[in-house]
Amino acid sequence: MNEHDVRALVLEVLTGIAPETDPAAVDPGADLRDELDLDSMDELNLITRIGERLGIDIPERDAARLRTIEGAVDYLTSRLASTGP
Amino acid sequence: MPALGAGMESGRVLEWHVRAGDVVHRGEIIALVETDKANIEVEVFEDGVVEELLVPEGAKVPVGTVLARLTSTPEARTAAPQAPDRAPAPLPPPTATSEPAAVVSDVAVHSRVVSPLVRRLAGQRGIDVTHLAGTGPGGVVTRHDVEAAATDRATSVRTVLAAPEAPRTVRAAGRASPYARRLAAEHGLDPAALTGSGPDGAVVARDVLAAKVTPASVEGSAEAMRQAIARAMERSNREIPHYHLGETVDVDATLAWLEESNAQRPANARLLPAVLVLKATALALRDHPDLNGHWIDGAFRPVAGVHLGVAINLRRGGLLAPAIRHADERSLDDLMGALRDLVERTRSGGLLGSEIADATFTVSNLGDRGAESLQGLITPPQVGYLGVGRITPRPWAVDSTVVVRRTVYLGLAADHRASDGHRGGRFLSAIISHLTRPETL
Repeated sequence: MNEHDVRALVLEVLTGIAPETDPAAVDPGADLRDELDLDSMDELNLITRIGERLGIDIPERDAARLRTIEGAVDYLTSRLASTGP
Repeated sequence: MPALGAGMESGRVLEWHVRAGDVVHRGEIIALVETDKANIEVEVFEDGVVEELLVPEGAKVPVGTVLARLTSTPEARTAAPQAPDRAPAPLPPPTATSEPAAVVSDVAVHSRVVSPLVRRLAGQRGIDVTHLAGTGPGGVVTRHDVEAAATDRATSVRTVLAAPEAPRTVRAAGRASPYARRLAAEHGLDPAALTGSGPDGAVVARDVLAAKVTPASVEGSAEAMRQAIARAMERSNREIPHYHLGETVDVDATLAWLEESNAQRPANARLLPAVLVLKATALALRDHPDLNGHWIDGAFRPVAGVHLGVAINLRRGGLLAPAIRHADERSLDDLMGALRDLVERTRSGGLLGSEIADATFTVSNLGDRGAESLQGLITPPQVGYLGVGRITPRPWAVDSTVVVRRTVYLGLAADHRASDGHRGGRFLSAIISHLTRPETL
């Protein structure tokens, strides 16, 4: 899965959590808790659903890296690269 | 007309989904009712035949008004009417209660003896007393019968906040209810193009809403909800003598315990810190029953179970606080699952009205982007409210040194008619004691 697909996945999951927003229009470096008004349940759902879609487990200590779209894409891309094809 | 939440005084019947002569079954939706907070689908809670619809579409009536009559069997419908007790006048709207009510049917029964006191209590609970089976001598309807009916959850109201579930597939016969037509016009839809799920395949509001939810309709309902919350808060501020107590709590060890626990769990089994606060509060309420109940009619009514209301923000604005029932008896995993389910159903529609009215106490969590402290307003008829501020690192004195600990401010608001500062302080201490020993939660 390349970076483009990862980004698309992240945006898709975010749209499910914040359906009245347009995550594609959000500044990729901005904190999603402010931009999309995500609370702790939303954040946990985000990493749970992304993890399920990609077949990986995102440990709680890494969760802070998924607070921006850019951070999420970087983290996930490198996780996927290190676990093989 | 059922009562739902503090501040509801009347409702408008938008659509009837049945007509006289229809056979209805327990759980079937028979009408769509508009309140300020939401549109509510009203279910009938027994089998029967619709005898008469008493309130026309579009009419707004006070809470407690009888909306329709059912008879229990088709044969009963043709029998001669029984005693005069079968014909109640519209009941006075409940004043100080937000108990779930919603008896919308009147079954052909024998005459009932009901004392004025019991009749008044029934009116306040929004219960049609002629429906009740009396357990007193000679079939007399007693206060106990009314109270039991008030907590009877056989009748539920389904709140429709967003697009409801898909309509049954019935070919549209070209008819649409007036309300559905208005909604369709607002959304720029042609009702003739929609599949109808109402009587005879008529297009009803839910069909329009399932087809499209536009920002216009969403803003309208968000505004109505704001108004309803405003009224409830006005009433809270006006009627409840609040006192406030608060304490900053060192939760560093608690959070460390949670992190260690979560590190060994997959994401879908992790616990949020909020769940620890909920369990700690529920356990404290079990031991402090004078904060677990409702102030109604000048007296405190303790409730046997701890049904903890959790304030949940709606994404488009507004707030609901449905209850997790028997929260003190649930494991942390169970509470997390219940919380997740409540958040999902609150935001997508599908809450039962009784889940909101059942709450015996409310906890509100500002979350990690919120303020340090929250001193909120109690939702009547509850007598307590806990505001949880943001988890914040603070300098903390330990022996004669200063360290940094993660802390949280717990703010208790309580009704001074039901408790005083001393009792409230003991209760708050109990919450803190439980919260700082997470292995016992």
